[in-house]
Formats: sequence, C-alpha cells, structure tokens
Amino acid sequence: MKLIKSILGWLDDRSGFSDVVMPMLRHVVPDNARWWYVFGSATLCAFAVQVISGIALATTYVPGGEAAYESLLYITNEAPLGNLLRGMHYYGATAMVVLAIIHMTQVFLHAAYKYPRELNWMSGVVLLFVVLGMSFTGQLLRWDANGVWSVTVAAEMAGRAPVVGPAIAHAILGGETVGGSTLTRFFAIHVFVLPGLIFAGIGLHLWLVLRHGISEMPNVDEPVDPATYKEDYEARLQKTGVPFWPIAAWRDTVFSIAVMGLIVGCALFFGPPALGTSPDPSDINANPMPDWYFWWYFAILSMLPPQLETFVILGLPVVGLLGLIVVPMFSNKGDRAPSRRPWAVGTVVFGFTALVVLTIYGYRKPWSPDFGVKPLPASVVDSSDPAVVHGAELVHQKGCMYCHEIDGYGGHRGPGLSDIGKRLTQPELIIRINNGGYNMPSFAASLNADELADMVAFLNTRGGAVLKKDASSSDSGVRK
Amino acid sequence: MCEKENDDSPCAADRRSFLNRLSLGLAGLIGAAMSLPPIAYVLSPLVGKPPRKWRDVGGLEDFSIGETRLVQFQDATSTAWAGDTAMTGAWLRRIGEEQFIAFSVNCRHLGCPVRWVNDAKLFMCPCHGGVYYEDGAVAAGPPPEALARYPVRVVDGKVEVETSPIPLTTNDLA
Repeated sequence: MKLIKSILGWLDDRSGFSDVVMPMLRHVVPDNARWWYVFGSATLCAFAVQVISGIALATTYVPGGEAAYESLLYITNEAPLGNLLRGMHYYGATAMVVLAIIHMTQVFLHAAYKYPRELNWMSGVVLLFVVLGMSFTGQLLRWDANGVWSVTVAAEMAGRAPVVGPAIAHAILGGETVGGSTLTRFFAIHVFVLPGLIFAGIGLHLWLVLRHGISEMPNVDEPVDPATYKEDYEARLQKTGVPFWPIAAWRDTVFSIAVMGLIVGCALFFGPPALGTSPDPSDINANPMPDWYFWWYFAILSMLPPQLETFVILGLPVVGLLGLIVVPMFSNKGDRAPSRRPWAVGTVVFGFTALVVLTIYGYRKPWSPDFGVKPLPASVVDSSDPAVVHGAELVHQKGCMYCHEIDGYGGHRGPGLSDIGKRLTQPELIIRINNGGYNMPSFAASLNADELADMVAFLNTRGGAVLKKDASSSDSGVRK
Repeated sequence: MCEKENDDSPCAADRRSFLNRLSLGLAGLIGAAMSLPPIAYVLSPLVGKPPRKWRDVGGLEDFSIGETRLVQFQDATSTAWAGDTAMTGAWLRRIGEEQFIAFSVNCRHLGCPVRWVNDAKLFMCPCHGGVYYEDGAVAAGPPPEALARYPVRVVDGKVEVETSPIPLTTNDLA
C-alpha cells in the first residue's frame, strides 16, 4: 500500500495533476447551474461512446470495396457482441446529434452566447456541423446499396457548385464513378479527419468554458453589460459559487449514465440499423434514404422549385453555418432571460416545429412513387363491368397508382383519385391522361384507344359520377 | 553577435526579428513539405482519368427490338479490391437490327437509380419522383435534364457499351 501511494505521489508530482488538473475540476461555478447544464457533458459522453465503440468496430471492419459489406455482415451476425457494438455506435451517434442540438438550443434560449462567451458559441456551432459530417460519413460506411447511392447523391449535390463542382464531385467519389477508392476516402474522413477536428474543437470549447466560466441562469434583473460583466460575475461567484467537482458535476454524471443506459438499452432491444442489399451500383432497386437527421433536408429538396434548387443545395449548409456563427455578433449584450427575448423563443419554436414537420414529411416522402403498390382488390373496384374491371387493372399496370392513391391503395405524389369521377368529366380525364399535367407525364404513347376508354370508364366510377357517354371522343382517340 | 540577447538594443531587436522570421519561414516549409504530397495524393483521382472501355453486355440475339433491359457491366475502375462496387448499369433498348440506345441509370436530379416501368413506358426515380419518357426526356418532377446516354456499338454480334463517368448535373449544363 505504501509503495502504491509512493508511486502515485511520484506520478502526481511529476505530472502536475494536483497542481494543474484539480484546480480545473474544482473551479467555481454558479450554484444555479443545475439540470439545465447537463447536456454539454452528456454530448461529450456520447462522443466517448463513439470513439471507443468505433475503435472496436475498426478492428474488424474492412474499409474497401465489397469486403466492407462482408465485414459488416460478420460484425452484425457472427462476431461476439458485434451486433451490440454496431447498435451502440448507431445510437451513440443519434444521442450525440440530439444532445448537441438540445445543448445548443439551451445556450441560445438562455443567451449564454453573449459577452464574453461568443467564441464558446462559435466553436460549438462548428462542432455541431462536424458532428453532422460524422453522421453522414458514418451512414456511408454502412456500405450497402443505400450507402453507395448516398455517395452518388452527395457527389451530384457537390457537382452543382459553380466551376469547381465536377472536381469536388470526383474528389468525393475518388474518381469518375463509385469504386474501390470511394469508401476508403470516407473511412479516412470518418475515423481520422473529423474525429481530429472534434477533439480539437472540444479542447478549445472546454478551454473557453474554463476561461470564461459557466454562465449563470438568466436573470431578468441582470442584463449583460460588457463593461461590468466580468467583475459582476466574479463577485457573484465569490458569494454563491460552488466547486464544479463534485458539487455541480454529480448531475452531469447522473444524466450521462442515463444517456449511457439509453444507448446500450436501444442497442440491446432495437439492434443496429438493418443492412440493405450489397453495394452494387448496378442494382437499381435501391431506394436511397438518408439517416433520420437529414430527413428534413431530404424533404426540402423535394419541394424546391428547380430554379432555387442549386442555391439551396449549396447555400443552405453554408448559410446555416454562417448564420449560427454570427449570432453573437448581432447580439452580445443586454437581456438574457427568455421572457425578455420573444424573438429568440419564437425562433426556437418555429425552428423546431419546422424541423419536426419536415422530418415527418421526409420520413413519409409522399413525393416518392410507391413501386410496391398492390393491384386494387375487387371490393374497391366494385363493378362487374368488364371495361371498368380492365380499367382498374390498367391504373395499376401503367403505374398510375405509383403516384395516385385510390381508396387507401397507391402513392401520394399526385392527387388522390378516390373521387376523381366527381372532379373531372370524361373529356377532362381523357385530356389529362393523354396530355399529362403539372408534374404528370403524358400517357398518350403508352395507352391505345381501348385501354384509354377502359381506364376512363373505371376512373368515372370513382366518386359516383355518371359516365358522360356523349362527350366527344373522336379527337382524343377514345373508341366509340 | 550582440552583447546581450534580451535587451532593447537595435542589434538584439534585429536579431530577434530575424530569428522570428527564420523560424516561422522554416516552420512553413516543414508544414508544406509534410502536407503537399498527401494533399496531391488525395486529389490525384482528379488528374488521372481512367481510359474508357467497351464492355460486352450480351449478344445481339439477347435483345428484342423495342425491349428496354437493364444491363450490368464493370466500369473503367482499375482498383482490384473494388469488387461489386466497380459494377455499373445502363438501360439498354434495341431500336433496330444493330441500333441500340443505352440510358444511364442515374437520375439527372440527384443521381438516384431510375427504374424502367415497361407498361407505362416511363423511367421513374424513387428519390424525389423524377419521371422520364421513353426517349429519356423529362416528363415530370425535378430533374433539370434528360437522361444521359452511353455510347453503344455492335462488334461481331456482340453488344458493347462504353464505360462513362457518373453523369453530373452541373451548373454548366443547366
């Protein structure tokens, strides 16, 4: 025992742990910095999960060509604890993104970014974007068909940049096509470049926390005045401050253990995301979909008018990054209390509402054709007229139902056809099918006159409309 | 040499200034020497374009006139470990005795894989609902361009498609 004490004492003396690290841990923080302030440390905890589980996965994962997919199958299905580790890495990433956003929202709502903590905020914004970069590159390392096509989409988006777009796209792909050099690039970025940036960013972020202290809970009677803030802050700390370790830190550890439990619990009960088919770029049956963090962006891209698309694809990330970074430059003094900052509260409420709505919209992706739609059952067709029955078969065969829903069957890209017989007359239907319309192709080349007549006969039964048999059909090619 | 290195004499100040610039300059050189080769290495795919290759996708007898079929072939990549990821595809349609059209499988919106819906005579994209007519022209949805086409030829009764880069929809084309 004496020997161990002696060794520890020697290590402490030579390393300076008690002289340098302990004062940091015991630095005085406001006593009202309670449960609101646990999200930053929990984000750090999630990052630690990512580093440790990532190192373990990297001992088996083979970052190259089709071997990556085989190694993922091995990790998931055969390696001891491999399934759990993949799950921890996935839910750890989810936790990191969610906690970083919550932490940032709390800082924004409490205006903790104001003087003198502007750089704390800016470094946090950069860290958030790097974390999102980790999420995107991590999704690609799940090197299945979805991963391959996600890389292609990323290259296409980068390719829209003026002048240098194609060069960036080919740098992303590691050539002109997806191939052996594609995954290795993303692997290097995911396990070396971005984690390095995160380590550096966390170092800077924590240093700034120590330099400027943890902000107090906002008080309506204590607006920030840069001329007196530091003196006032120190004076208040002298009166009511408590040492971070262990008086304030115990809440961080309690919350972090809860986060840890959630990550491990989800990994155990839900498992990692399922692998898709093999990463074969000639497999056209893939339906590329980003991980949930980017569903809102996926939804935005589907709604944009073409003339705005390139600007939004390229501009939104840059504007988002710069817009958040400059927040303290526009407002680094004055009120911190949310009750005195209705615009800030409104921004958060609007931002989260938009994020949730767009995320749900991105998940449902009603703009995407439903290639798996089943033929209409007889109960929906509800007719013994051979023309109507054939028409019902045709709306399935010709792909109409990929985009149009009829009584619960079909996609949602176009308007529903359940009551189309009420809304359009027979001639209008003929014109619409033959000529197409807004976002609808013309079917004139793929339907003969008999087929068109049967399809119209069926559609006219939707909603109880009466067939307008005397409508002129000679111009539209419908049989008489 | 100055008498003292740490005083305010012009000699000492000049010497400190010189050593300051020397150290910074040398540090910059060290940084460049260690960074430039790796950066050039990472960017090398931008310089060395792989030669295009003609790939055999089947005999003439394998394709009926008017039929549109997915053909799968290896792209021009030279990395031995690429495996399945070196594969690519095209929608190939025979339009005459020895005439073919090969459409890229990449949607011109964001590159997702388009599917040929034979009954509707349309190409459809699952990502954002882009639709193309039989000739590759945009029929509906967000794609700004018609489907790209690959060169096709018939040699000794074999149909060959030339490997091509993934078609990028750039600002230059828009």
